[in-house]
This record gives sequence, structure tokens and C-alpha cells, in this order.
Amino acid sequence: MKTIFEKSVAGREGCWPCEGMSEEAYIPSELLRDSDSGLPSASELDVVRHFTKLSQRNYGVDGNFYPLGSCTMKYNPKFTEIAAAMPGFTQLHPVLPQLQGAGGLCQGALEVMYETERMLAEITGMDAYTMHPMAGAHGELTGVMLMAAYHRDHGNKKTKIIIPDSAHGTNPASATIAGYEIVSIESVDGIIDTAALAEVLDDDVAGMMMTCPNTLGLFEKNLPEIVKMLRKVDALLYYDGANLNAIMGKMRVGDVGFDIVHWNLHKTLATPHGGGGPGSGPVGVSEKLIPYLPISRVAKLEDGQFYLDYDHPKSIGYVAPFYGNFGVFLKAYAYMLRLGGKGLTRASENAVLSANYMRKRLENHFEIPYNRICMHEFVASAALQIPKGVHALDIAKALLDKGYHAPTIYFPLIVPEAIMIEPTETENKETLDTFIDDLIAISEMANTNPEALHAAPVTLPVSRLDETKAARAMELTSDL
Amino acid sequence: MPYVPHTEDETREMLATIGVDSIDDLFAEITEDMRPKSFDLPDGLSEMEVLTKLEAMANKNVTNHTSFLGAGFYNHYIPATVDALTMRGEFYTAYTPYQPEASQGTLQALFEYQTCVTRLLGMECANASVYDGGTALYEALMMAVRKTKRRKIVVSEAMNPIYRVMLNSYTTNLDVELITIPHKDGMTDIEGLKTAIDGNTAALLVQNPNFFGSINDFTELFAAAKAQKAVSIISSYPVLQTLLKTPGAMGADIAVAEGQSLGLPLSFGGPYLGIMTCTKKMVRQMPGRIVGRTEDGQGRTGYVLTLQAREQHIRRQRATSNICSNQSLCALRALVHMCTLGELGLKRAARLSIERAHICAERLTAIDGVDMLTKGPFGNEFAVTLPVNAYEIIAKLTDRGFVPGFPLGRYYDGLEKGLLVACTEKTSEEQIGILAEMLKGALK
Repeated sequence: MKTIFEKSVAGREGCWPCEGMSEEAYIPSELLRDSDSGLPSASELDVVRHFTKLSQRNYGVDGNFYPLGSCTMKYNPKFTEIAAAMPGFTQLHPVLPQLQGAGGLCQGALEVMYETERMLAEITGMDAYTMHPMAGAHGELTGVMLMAAYHRDHGNKKTKIIIPDSAHGTNPASATIAGYEIVSIESVDGIIDTAALAEVLDDDVAGMMMTCPNTLGLFEKNLPEIVKMLRKVDALLYYDGANLNAIMGKMRVGDVGFDIVHWNLHKTLATPHGGGGPGSGPVGVSEKLIPYLPISRVAKLEDGQFYLDYDHPKSIGYVAPFYGNFGVFLKAYAYMLRLGGKGLTRASENAVLSANYMRKRLENHFEIPYNRICMHEFVASAALQIPKGVHALDIAKALLDKGYHAPTIYFPLIVPEAIMIEPTETENKETLDTFIDDLIAISEMANTNPEALHAAPVTLPVSRLDETKAARAMELTSDL
Repeated sequence: MPYVPHTEDETREMLATIGVDSIDDLFAEITEDMRPKSFDLPDGLSEMEVLTKLEAMANKNVTNHTSFLGAGFYNHYIPATVDALTMRGEFYTAYTPYQPEASQGTLQALFEYQTCVTRLLGMECANASVYDGGTALYEALMMAVRKTKRRKIVVSEAMNPIYRVMLNSYTTNLDVELITIPHKDGMTDIEGLKTAIDGNTAALLVQNPNFFGSINDFTELFAAAKAQKAVSIISSYPVLQTLLKTPGAMGADIAVAEGQSLGLPLSFGGPYLGIMTCTKKMVRQMPGRIVGRTEDGQGRTGYVLTLQAREQHIRRQRATSNICSNQSLCALRALVHMCTLGELGLKRAARLSIERAHICAERLTAIDGVDMLTKGPFGNEFAVTLPVNAYEIIAKLTDRGFVPGFPLGRYYDGLEKGLLVACTEKTSEEQIGILAEMLKGALK
């Protein structure tokens, strides 16, 4: 499809004509650009048609089952958009509460922040929250910065963070950016091995980042022992909330001994992923970490008024320009209010039910390396199809042809040819059954006609794209 | 129960297939000692009830004030196409384009976005965005540290202080030294910056227009940085870049911007858009998603995420950044905004904003005791010095429905009387007139 630049015609005006004005009256010409920027010139209808057509070249949850493991692609309720689009929220300038006498102009927004923090705290059993991190990985970074601040304040000389090989993929990069050395430990039978942990655990360990259920979809059942081991060396335990959709109402991470947790609200609390953001990654902490939370912090006076509190001398400072992705966590708040405690528990129960149902129905057709009760997702592999020359990638592409977004493939790294499936609680049984039937048919095709799978996809606007060429040619912008 | 479709019969059938008796059996590994000590959440509400509750909260916010607040975040008009097109579920409910054949819509849009922002800033390459302008600045700083293997960063104090405090937090745990060169009466101290750059400098960070609204040409400064092999980083204001000399023309190595002014509502601080562009030489240091053009087996043009060897999911702890998601939908909004307004429309928005700000400056400085603080050329924002503490005036005028600007004293000692005033194309001359009258009255 042509780019908007190829459809552009110089002089064709968009929504506003531009006559009789000159910036040169105000700004000397040596400070001005010497040629047009080259932004497109197209009619409004051209623009609308261009983006409508582009959208039709995309799969999204609204149109396609999207069992992308680890990403929790659940249905995004439409009403939350109405809430986020209320002018009382969208028109609010973020510096308002920083002005004396103007904090009273944004009481509703501060209340949303306060109440959202409180609900997240109750769901996870943590003592306080910051809404500032703007995505999950940003929450991780904030969490590790909190860890560093805690140890610095206690005079602890800690240099290492333990990350199990079954943890979430962004963890090592987040910990490195916060200045730590990474120690990896290998899982045994799909979960953390306490013996392996004991081997690397010493006084230099600042903490451990854990994903639970882990990226294999398995619950870390040695958790109570792991907590005890870490406490002994004053190491903090970090909970990567990417998989929180499995445990709402079943376990609170604060109750079992985690010190820090981040959410991915765009996963667990159903805010739309938007083609890769914006997300929202609030971080919750146990009491001993409260002094280090980012500023500002929303607080409530006895008379019920809300205000921003900047007086936290031990705070790690600012991780965001303001208060995080307000427009995103507002939707998450609306979703929590809609579901209530029972609805959230029910969401987790059904996410786990659907994942186990799919696992069971697939077990005779695909290798499932850790085939036992899983949580909200499970990892299969293409091991049985490999002898026919069919890889996880071929299976993924064949699924695209059938109108599904593919599961996550080649992750986690500890399962070769991984196919990671997360159905979420919002898909009905017919969808799950049809998807499984189609996946089984693809597996049979691996025996009868593997070539057809190598050619997939054939029904989409493009077939497999040459990624090597993209990296070598490095054509990152249009030259037209 | 909302959004869960399984009927009781289906649940039983699924449990039977799994081979367990109840849903509780699926959670058996979470033993009694790990169960919640409390789960005290309210009962669910209907859609209507939730919206009524939120409407009441929204109404507690006062948004019918006339506001001259900017400070890097501006209330520009957003054409209707932006919401209409970006709310399409195919864009809205997709994820990061891991399967490019099923994500050509998102990918081509990001490619077009990359093209637009490089053209706006006069740079060669762009990524598909990061969280916000402050994060973009921090990531740019880290690109320079990796590239030069040096640790000293020279920052102008006329850089947005909201970003400078972020840089301080982010670099606490890293072996990086931030050296801040004071502003000179609201001007970027070019000579001071030049002097501070030496053979140990990784990067120079400046902003145009600076926080006080003052417009500069940094060509010579960037040349001086280049002579010391330091990386020149500039933060700019995208709407005005349709008119102003580009970072590229000045010789910047990395140009970043807060993209909020391109089609994103203020929304109390987010979601916003971190625009990141750089020269070809720097692109392998760039964090985040980058989209490249390629073709399929039949020679059809298509788009993919490229140069992924930089990223966290491949390189783990050796990645350029931990950033995983971008602000895809915000980038799409910015793209639709730029396409709808087009070259001419965006220029018009910039010109109107500049014109209104100059009218406003003239009206305000006509008042006794109110003087221009910003010296030299400015765009749509400027600072004045009042005869009294700015907070006092802000409180007075806000009570009467006008937020006159941002108090410079919040971030700058000695500028307690400084007021930063912004206009956009949405600011009317009538509003400017009322502001001037109110200020005059308040100062009597």
C-alpha cells in the first residue's frame, strides 16, 4: 500500500488554510528553517481513507483471537474509553496541582489516583503504590531503583540481582540499567530450584526478580522457602506483575512476602495495548520501602481534600514528568470498579480454566514440556513437528492464515521452539475449540504437506518478509 | 459476571476435560498459608454506575478556566480525525507488531511516523517512540555515554526543569556526572556551555526554544561539542519545528521532543509521546522499536521491526535499554494529527501560537512593573517579571477563572517573581485582553 507521502500533493490543503501570516515578523530569518519540512499535504478524506485502509491490514483483539502468551490480550471494554475521554480529565494541565490555589481545580483527578492506588494495594496486599511508571518495563526499573535506594540507606553494599531463567524477558535489562550485576539461576522441572538459589545467595545479593506464575505458566510452589532464604541476607523480593492475571483473589503478593511489585495495567486490567503502548506500570511496595517511592505522592487530608506531597527526602525522585499515564490508569480504575472483587477473582479463575482446557486438548498433538496443571498460560513446543521440517514459526504463520494472531513463539528461551499460549478469560469456548481444531489440523499438515506451512501466510497483504534485508538496507524513513 | 463468557455447563465440561473436579483444584499449588489475608474490594457496578461515578469525579475538576499554562505541555487544537481514526479497534486492540504480516497497519503507520518526525527535526533516523520527552532525553544521554564511553554530561539550566529532575533520578545509580550550566537571565548560556565541554564530555544537552521560550541557533555550540567528540543532544518543540531552524541543520547528533503537542490531550500528564531522532551514525545506539521497510518473497513492499539486536528481548542485560513497549498509539495520534493538518495546517498552528504570544507579551508588559524576562526572539511562550511573587498573582487570578501561567520560582531560586506564559492557536485575543486587565487590577 502506498505511503501517505506518495499520496501527498504539494499545495493540497488539509483542514486549515494558511494565508497572510508570517513568522518573520517575530523571529529573525537566521533562526528559521530554510525549506518546508515535507510533511504530507492531503485532503481530509484522503487521510481518513489512508488510515482506514491501514487499519484493515492489522489484527487486533476486537477482530481476532490473540492468544499471545505473556501479553494477556483480553477484551478491552469499550465503556472505559468514555471515561478516559471525559473533558474533565482530558483538559487537565498536569502542572495545575503544583500551583498554590490551583490544587482545588483537580480534586477529581487526584481522587482517581488515590483510589486506584488503594484498590491496587488491596488486590496485591502491598502497603503503598506509585502510579508514575509508564509501562511494565518502566515499573521494573522503578522497582530496582527502589531496591537500590533501600540498600544505600541501610548502608548495605549490594551488587547483584538474581534473575531465574524463567523470569520475564525485560528483567535483566532493567536491573542492569539500575546499576546491578545479573546472576542467572536455572530452573529445575520448570520452577526455581532452591538448591541453585542457595548456591548463589550471599550478602552481595540486593534482591531477586521473580515472575510468578513464571513464564512457563507454572506456579512457583517453593515460594515460602525462597522468601525465607532471601530474608536471611536482607535481599528484597521483586514480583514481576506481567502474570498477575492468574492470581487475583487467590494470592496477594504482599501477604506471601514480596517487597515490590509492578503491574502491567494494559495486561491484567484490560486497558488497550494500542499496537505497543501506551501502557501503565504502577509499583507497589511493602512498608519498609515507602520512604523511597517516587515523588510526588498523592495524599488525603482529614477534611477529605487531596493534595500532592513532595516532602519525602529519601525518595528516589522523579521517574516520570508528572503522575504516570493518567489516561491509561483511569481506564484500569473504571475496569476494577466494574468488576469488583468478585469479578476480578472470577477473571483469574477463568483465565486459568481456559488455559488448562486448551493445554489438555492439545497434549496429544503437541509436545508440552511441563505438562501439569498450569496457571493462565502454558508453553507447548514444535518438537514433534521438527522432524518434518516444520518449526514454531511455520505454525505461527499458518495460524495467521486462519485469522488468528499467533501465540508468542521462541519465548521463554528455556523451551526450544516454544509456542506460548494465553487464551485469557474473555474468549468463549467455541473460539478456544475452533482454535485448537485448527492447530491440530496444522499439526497434521506438518505430516502431509509441510511445504504449505513453509509458504504461510498466503491470505494476508504480504507473505513472510525479508528481515535480513530490512536490517541491512536500513530504510527507516520514506525518501519520497 | 462481565466479560467472562463460560456458562456453568461449559465450565463443567472444561473441568471434566482437564480431569479435575472444581476450579479450586486448579489453584491447589497455592496452599492455605499463601492465600489472601484480606480481599476487601467493593462489589462490581454496572457500566452506567461506573460512568456516573467517574462523571462526578471529572466534574470535581475545573476545566473551564482560561489557561496560559505551558511549561513544555501545550493545549493545541486536535482535529476530529485523530480520535476517529486511532480509536479503530484494529489499531487500538493490537499489540506490538511481533507478527508483521498481520500488523502491516501498525508497522506502516510507525514507518510514516518515523518519516514525519525526522523531516520535522531535520534528522536522518527515528525510533517508533518512547514514553515521553523526559525519557527520550535520558535515553539520548545514555546513547551518548555508550557511544563515547565517557561519563560527563553538560546540561543547560534553561532545559525544562521537569526533565532535569528526571535525569537526576535516573542517573543516581549510574556512573554519570551531570554538570548544570546556569541560565543567564533566562537565556541559554552558550559561552558557559562551550567552556564546560572538554575531552571527557559525553554529551551536551540543550533545549530550543528553551524553558523560558527563548529561541537559539546552536550551530556553533554543536560544532564546539563535535571538536571535543562530544554528542550534541537537543530537545525541541515539534509544532514550532515547522518554522524553526532544525536540529539537523544545527548539526545535532540526537534530537528529541515531547510529542504531546501533536494530537495528544493534556490528560493530567499522560499518556504522552517521546520523540527520538538521530543521525545514521548513532542509530545502533538507539533504544526502543524501530520499523524498517523491506519486501516479501513476491517482491511486495512490507514493514518489520528491525535492528532488533539492540533490544532487551534478544540481548537481555546487554541491551541498549530496558524499554519494551513504545507509545505506539500516541505515535499514531501524532501521525494522524500531522497528516490531517498537513504542512500548511501545522505551520498555521505554529504561526497563530507565536502571534498570540507576542500580542500577549505586548499587553502584559504595557502594565506598570511588568517586564520581559525572556530576552531576544521567542515563540509561543515567554517569561515576564512581576513586581510581586508570581504564586500570589496565580492564586488571585485562578480564583477568578484565569490561570495566568507557571511560576518560575518553583524551579529557579531568585525568579520568584517570574511568570511563564504560553499561548496556542486556541488562545483568543479577547482572552489575552482579559488577562491583561485582570493582572493590572491585581497589581494595583
